[in-house]
Amino acid sequence: MPAAVRPDEGVVVAPGVHWIGALDPGLRSFDIILRTANGTSYNAYAVRGSAGVAVIDTVKENFSATFFARLEAVADYAEITTIVLNHLEPDHSGALPELLRRAPQARLYVSHQARPMLKGLFNPAEFAGRITAVGTGDTVSLGDRELEFFNTPYLHWPDTQCTWLAAEGLLFSGDFLGCHYCDARLFNDAVGDFRFSFDYYYGHIMRPFRAHVRQALDLIEPLPLLTIAPAHGPILRDDPRDYVRRYRALSKSGLHNTTAKTLLVFYISAYGATRRMAEAVAAGAESAAAEGGGAGELRVSLYDIEGSEPQPFVDLIEEADALIFGSPTINGDAVKPVWDLLSSLTMVDVKGKLGAAFGSYGWSGEAVPMIEDRLRRLKLRVPVPGVKARLAPTDDEFAACRRLGREAALHLLGRAEARVIDMAALA
Amino acid sequence: MPKATVTFQDIGVSVTVPAGTRLIEVSEKVGAGITYGCREGECCTCLTKIVSGHEHLAAPSVLEDQVLKDNLAPRHHRLACQAQLLGGTIVVKPA
Repeated sequence: MPAAVRPDEGVVVAPGVHWIGALDPGLRSFDIILRTANGTSYNAYAVRGSAGVAVIDTVKENFSATFFARLEAVADYAEITTIVLNHLEPDHSGALPELLRRAPQARLYVSHQARPMLKGLFNPAEFAGRITAVGTGDTVSLGDRELEFFNTPYLHWPDTQCTWLAAEGLLFSGDFLGCHYCDARLFNDAVGDFRFSFDYYYGHIMRPFRAHVRQALDLIEPLPLLTIAPAHGPILRDDPRDYVRRYRALSKSGLHNTTAKTLLVFYISAYGATRRMAEAVAAGAESAAAEGGGAGELRVSLYDIEGSEPQPFVDLIEEADALIFGSPTINGDAVKPVWDLLSSLTMVDVKGKLGAAFGSYGWSGEAVPMIEDRLRRLKLRVPVPGVKARLAPTDDEFAACRRLGREAALHLLGRAEARVIDMAALA
Repeated sequence: MPKATVTFQDIGVSVTVPAGTRLIEVSEKVGAGITYGCREGECCTCLTKIVSGHEHLAAPSVLEDQVLKDNLAPRHHRLACQAQLLGGTIVVKPA
């Protein structure tokens, strides 16, 4: 990799704007959940105005020496009036306490959501009386130019925001539109091919928040963008809109659905009992759709979990409205392929979808309540109690499975009967 | 004995309860989607949106109020492990 960045110098990004970040080419795993074949960079920036200097983001704490050396090459600490943190995660805020000590006159600008989180990350005495919380449309002046803030929460923490330097058409986007790809040539038209890293980063960091991605894009797309300066990976100065368009495409649904609602039944079965229960659940759901008489109202699908890796199912689930899982109980637990799928669902937004569970068992039948609990923890709604069948399911138990499917479908279609219970009747 | 009626919107179930009942006492029994962590008003796991009838809940304690603020809870959100149902009709759903 060419050493285009000297260790103690900033790099000009635009007139009066320097990159003052750090390179971490040896990193191979980030936030536990991502592999990083090319390491990463912690991008920080200094913006000079006629009345002061702003520092935008810092670096991971153990890269502080590099960050301060680059900062000192482009500004004196006494000139720093403004510190902006677009995101509080430690890889961007690691040098913040020391920066606040070295520039005691500077004010810290963070989102409203970030303010209470600061207390959990740092000693409040470090920044007492020096914080300004900002939202969309708020600005801070550097004299002849100003920074404007855009509140873009959940990309990928509640605190995230973007900072816009209109004078240069430059957006400091934080983790949004970033990626883990370390290359000392810094700019997207100079570095190696990082397109896979851009998509991979979106898939692991932004995808669970795609509704928030779309809201942020609504704010960002109208801007006359010349450069996007994210907090990780290449600075996007060549066709920055291409990356915005890519996020727009990635955050949309894939092929359109042929029905208004989709209900998926997943099962795994050792001797066929849970499979036959799954078929009854699916048949019950189909019957509810048929009762409504509306063609194109509901699509019911049945999947054997054993037949796929989790990932294609995760893609399917992201677009679905209801998820019903069937697992036998083996040794007091749902079986591993079910957990492998359920533990993969944090990659997508499942909040508010409808969930349910069923399964056969030999002695105790823990799988069904354990799956229901997991679904609730994932913030699915679980309106229909699960169905358990001991050993070979009876006709009554198959009928209960059909009712489960039917009632789940009715809930999904908004046709479930409201139930009224007196608390005294509850166990 | 005075009664309150609480509707769990996510599962379409309404329950009539004695006044003074905490949401946690009934939500788990009916299988509503509200999940719990500490159950002592500290972790904010059970944050619940009060869709309507918030005036029928006992006012939050100083502790609950602080936890709601620290967790950026929007207006008309309460901790289900703390909120007591005093009367009338209340509609809730998981936050």
